[in-house]
Amino acid sequence: MADRIFRVNMSDLSAKVEAVPEGWMGLGGRGLTSTIVAAEVKPTCHPLGKNNKLVFAPGLLSGTPAANSGRLSCGAKSPLTGTIKEANAGGTSAQMLAKLGVKALIIEGKPADDSKWYSLHVNADGATIKEETEVVGMGNFAVVQTLNQRLGDKVGVITIGPAGEMKMLGANISIKDPDSHMRSHGRGGLGAVMGSKRIKFISVEPTDQKVAIANPDAFKAANRTFAKALVDNPISKALGQYGTNVLVNIINESGGLPTKNFTAGQFEGHEAVSGETMYDTIVARGGKPRHNCHPGCVIQCSQIYADAKGQYKTSGFEYETIWALGADCGIDNLDYVAEADNVMDDLGLDSIEIPVAFGVAMEAGVLKFGDGAELCRILKEDVAKGTPLGRIIGNGAGFVGKAFGVTRVPVVKNQAIPAYDPRAIKGIGITYATSTQGADHTMGYTIATNILGVGGKVDPLSKEGQVELSRNLQIATAAIDSTGMCLFIAFAALDDATCLPALIDLINARYGINLVANDVTNLGMTILKTERAFNLAAGFTNKDDRLPEFFSEEPIAPHNVVWDITDEAIDSFWNF
Amino acid sequence: MQLTVKLFAYFRDNRFKQQRMEFPEGTTVEDIIRSLGVPLDEVGVTMINSRHCELRQVPAEDDQLAVFPAIGGG
Repeated sequence: MADRIFRVNMSDLSAKVEAVPEGWMGLGGRGLTSTIVAAEVKPTCHPLGKNNKLVFAPGLLSGTPAANSGRLSCGAKSPLTGTIKEANAGGTSAQMLAKLGVKALIIEGKPADDSKWYSLHVNADGATIKEETEVVGMGNFAVVQTLNQRLGDKVGVITIGPAGEMKMLGANISIKDPDSHMRSHGRGGLGAVMGSKRIKFISVEPTDQKVAIANPDAFKAANRTFAKALVDNPISKALGQYGTNVLVNIINESGGLPTKNFTAGQFEGHEAVSGETMYDTIVARGGKPRHNCHPGCVIQCSQIYADAKGQYKTSGFEYETIWALGADCGIDNLDYVAEADNVMDDLGLDSIEIPVAFGVAMEAGVLKFGDGAELCRILKEDVAKGTPLGRIIGNGAGFVGKAFGVTRVPVVKNQAIPAYDPRAIKGIGITYATSTQGADHTMGYTIATNILGVGGKVDPLSKEGQVELSRNLQIATAAIDSTGMCLFIAFAALDDATCLPALIDLINARYGINLVANDVTNLGMTILKTERAFNLAAGFTNKDDRLPEFFSEEPIAPHNVVWDITDEAIDSFWNF
Repeated sequence: MQLTVKLFAYFRDNRFKQQRMEFPEGTTVEDIIRSLGVPLDEVGVTMINSRHCELRQVPAEDDQLAVFPAIGGG
């Protein structure tokens, strides 16, 4: 089935299917969502108004048998940052949409009557808009259970929870995974954009259609090489055993684990929330240490964490979430962390933004550092119900800082800084400052080279080489985010010479084209420049590419270092 | 010299998390790793006192040595 653009207009409740414009043919994932948002969304529009558009796009390889290719990109102008935004997630929908021939799904406009909620159903003929009442107000888990009964277990589901319905700036968009749990387009408040369109969920019809592959034999050969590079990589193996949370102890040891609202670089309770403790706990309670977030993943970094009675508690229990609730909020108890993660999955909240917001609230005295029970209570009784306190926290770290007069607020472009302190790991500070999407470690994961010794070594405490490191990784990441590949292929790609050529061979075999490595780099550069041009037109300047003042003024233990990279050096990031 | 040695991830299996240990002066990081039976080719990152270090480096009295396998996440 030829790829097409599915377009839905929520102002007049119409839907149509269009041919793919020539210029979009070679794009997928983030490259496509950012190109569409830049082409069709007025940069100065209100992100929750009728002029914003919400765009979903599977990657270039999604829907094929290529290993780890099941990521779905979602883009819009972000209500949290005011910048362009792309967030990608696993789950089952990317592959289903690709098999239906959906190159992109563009949702525009906004219903004039904002008393009603709607759903979209996507099949090979297009998208159908229906009024929805039954699942409105439900948490994500109940939405998925209800739709599994209504439409069958195999249906793909893209949904917002109560946080998205209330248009909280920390609201995410959740994707059903193979076990009917949640994967998330986490960052930037995209759930609020979906809520502003009055769409509670999108269902995707299962299909037996296959994605067309121009050169099947070459594709098979490349996929064998590619999957072998992933499976053989030692980091993939550790990810399968301990999950991403294996990082708690090494980042703590390096002195870069932001603790108690970024006032220290090491957390005394690190061992209790570490990947090692998590693995032992999962095994002792009969959970699953390994689990795939989308079919075809050979790394399996996800897991199923069980409570003390052996019942499901949460899955996709990520380092950043555990850091934020653990070290940043001072909670040295994995069960409270798992409880909060589960509630955030159900409400549809970004599990980085919201715990960092709690860290700021703890500094303000709203609750005490380390009080996991109170944090869970506020999530369930205030955030879930949209009380004034719940809405303040649901709007993220920057909003909490303003509401309570806190000056130590770890955000860039109003998005919460994640799990690596930029004073002690300076490369990631360049990424936070220059990312086109606010503070986001995944945009250019310098931790690989600063801390983990992947892709070479750059001293995390030195000022040298950090801009170049972040630039190279941000360019590569923009390209990888366009393929539908999980970013964790990068660990193999950085150190195994067979991996990246095999990935390019996969794209060439799928489309019958002849890309070379330079084309991929150029794609990454073009995406970054497209995104930056949108932000400049929206009113951002280089003065927004800065870290909060306190990082330059408050030394962080144990290295007692401050953020000391000059503004000129930061601005040189864009010299390409 | 007395050192604190910390092991992480599966290097802890049948060994320890953290231990005070005595080594002769001049012992390198590589010597210490070998003495623990940790396969050198599986070592990803080593740190002395929270700074990355080389295998040939010689720790000083009371240093903390941390040994990690190849790991990643994010």
